[in-house]
Amino acid sequence: MIAALPQVQYEMVIGLEVHAQLSTQTKLFCGCPVEFGAPPNTHICPVCTGQPGVLPVLNQRAFDYAILVGLALNGEIAAFSKFDRKQYFYPDLPKNYQISQYDLPLVQHGWVEIDAGEGPLRIGITRLHMEEDAGKLVHAGADRLSGSTYTLVDYNRAGTPLVEIVSEPDIRTAAQAVAYVQEIRRIVRYLGACDGNMQEGSMRCDVNISVRPVGTEKFGTKVEIKNINSFNSIQRAIEYEYIRQMSALNGDNPTEVIRQETRLWDENAQKTRSMRLKEGSDDYRYFPEPDLLPLEVTPDLLAHYQAQLPELPIAKRQRYQSEWGLSPYDAEAMSNDRTTAHYFEEAVRHGAPPKLAANWVQGDITAYLNEHHQRFEDLPLDPGGLAELIQLIESGTISNKIAKELLPELLERGISPKALVVERGLTQISDHQQLIEALQQVLAESPQQVAQYREGKRKLAGYFVGQAMKKTQGRADPQLLNQLLSSLLD
Amino acid sequence: MIDHTTVQKVARLARLQLTASEETLFTVQLGDILAYIDQLSELDTTGVQPTTRAVELSNVTRPDVRRPPLDPEQLLSQAPQREEAFYRVPRISEP
Repeated sequence: MIAALPQVQYEMVIGLEVHAQLSTQTKLFCGCPVEFGAPPNTHICPVCTGQPGVLPVLNQRAFDYAILVGLALNGEIAAFSKFDRKQYFYPDLPKNYQISQYDLPLVQHGWVEIDAGEGPLRIGITRLHMEEDAGKLVHAGADRLSGSTYTLVDYNRAGTPLVEIVSEPDIRTAAQAVAYVQEIRRIVRYLGACDGNMQEGSMRCDVNISVRPVGTEKFGTKVEIKNINSFNSIQRAIEYEYIRQMSALNGDNPTEVIRQETRLWDENAQKTRSMRLKEGSDDYRYFPEPDLLPLEVTPDLLAHYQAQLPELPIAKRQRYQSEWGLSPYDAEAMSNDRTTAHYFEEAVRHGAPPKLAANWVQGDITAYLNEHHQRFEDLPLDPGGLAELIQLIESGTISNKIAKELLPELLERGISPKALVVERGLTQISDHQQLIEALQQVLAESPQQVAQYREGKRKLAGYFVGQAMKKTQGRADPQLLNQLLSSLLD
Repeated sequence: MIDHTTVQKVARLARLQLTASEETLFTVQLGDILAYIDQLSELDTTGVQPTTRAVELSNVTRPDVRRPPLDPEQLLSQAPQREEAFYRVPRISEP
């Protein structure tokens, strides 16, 4: 990623702000539906358009999700927290303030463990708080803000519940940043708290990044990058900004300056560009939201939420390795999302050896699902069926090859593999007499090859076995065929 | 206390345009208000929790249930400017 190594080695200091949209039916403070792609301004009401005299009331499910996410991120849930008003003027905010949480956030001091290929690394989480999303602006008259003559506003998204998750500046590489966001995404999806869809904006990410010489303690000037909506653009925006800041520091590019500013990631140009200089945070004039009551989480309430936490991806990854002997790669693939993990675990519970189950799940079954745009929960073949199929191979009833041939039909029809094997007459032939007959036929038909074999061309054994396989429609037990062949020829 | 610079800053944040005489007037008025409120600091509040509510209630929530359908036209029709189903606002610069 770096063309020439600079004389001074620089490192990045990165902190991330992740906004995750909570998977509720309704908005954070009113009963308007939350629905992506609805016709403009169809999900608005007096509360979320900021009409005078209205009162917001907190959505219980959003509160539940926020606490669960906080617990899953190993955070401390505040015994007492509250909402605040963050004031600024922008037409995506009809009230001229956003309801957020300022000095008493719901969660503090959490962490997640990531592995960006360099071993486990713990990334601190400073805080998690609840806030409402803003509306959507459509800049008419141009495809970009700068050329627009007026602006259209759609408030469907205004008031959508979000949690903002702020990391410590513990991240040093683009790969770590991506691994961090992936782990957050896995966790919120496991909890069902957020669908993690970055394309639709239900997960968004801002990157704070500065560069400093390796070995120094002091942070460089921090730049915030916004408008990043895929894992790929997280990686590329950080790499671009690293090189930009480094070239400013070591004088390679004298026109480049590092200012405390917000920059936008331009996906088309594959670069960041300056958006605005940072104002001081006191300009937001936060104050406690007088229309909402504080939140109190008693030890009893906390225990109630703790009891609801499912086994999280990292626990599954570790368990699959330590208890079931999966490789780190397989363990991650099996625990990436909850439905895959569930399918895999159920197959194992029905007696499938974990390694074999993992191979089938991430190989042929995943390929089938991708091809048919299906998900594990839609699959007619239940995990018990997969276990049964694997047992048929293990017991030598069918070959691996036949199992793969049967799979699409099994997945589609959801019938018992045993029944299908019987129906198709596909059981593996292990009967000596039957196999000897097949081999004898092959040898009789290939006198030339038999002669060559006798002269020492031993590789022809494979040819004879292959021909015998053909005669049995692939049902012959290949190991047994080999044994019988040598008894016939040698 | 309150000086002209503070009044100018507050006015700018609130998007208010003040004349020079208004600035002077509000500097005096805001100063008076703050001085009046400041009498409270004569009280010893050591060990008193700051309050964020007027009633001793917390965790007041509503179930995550959709409201009955509304006609958005009622809201949109009150907008100073609109374009079809959108609110229309003057050209803006980034915040």
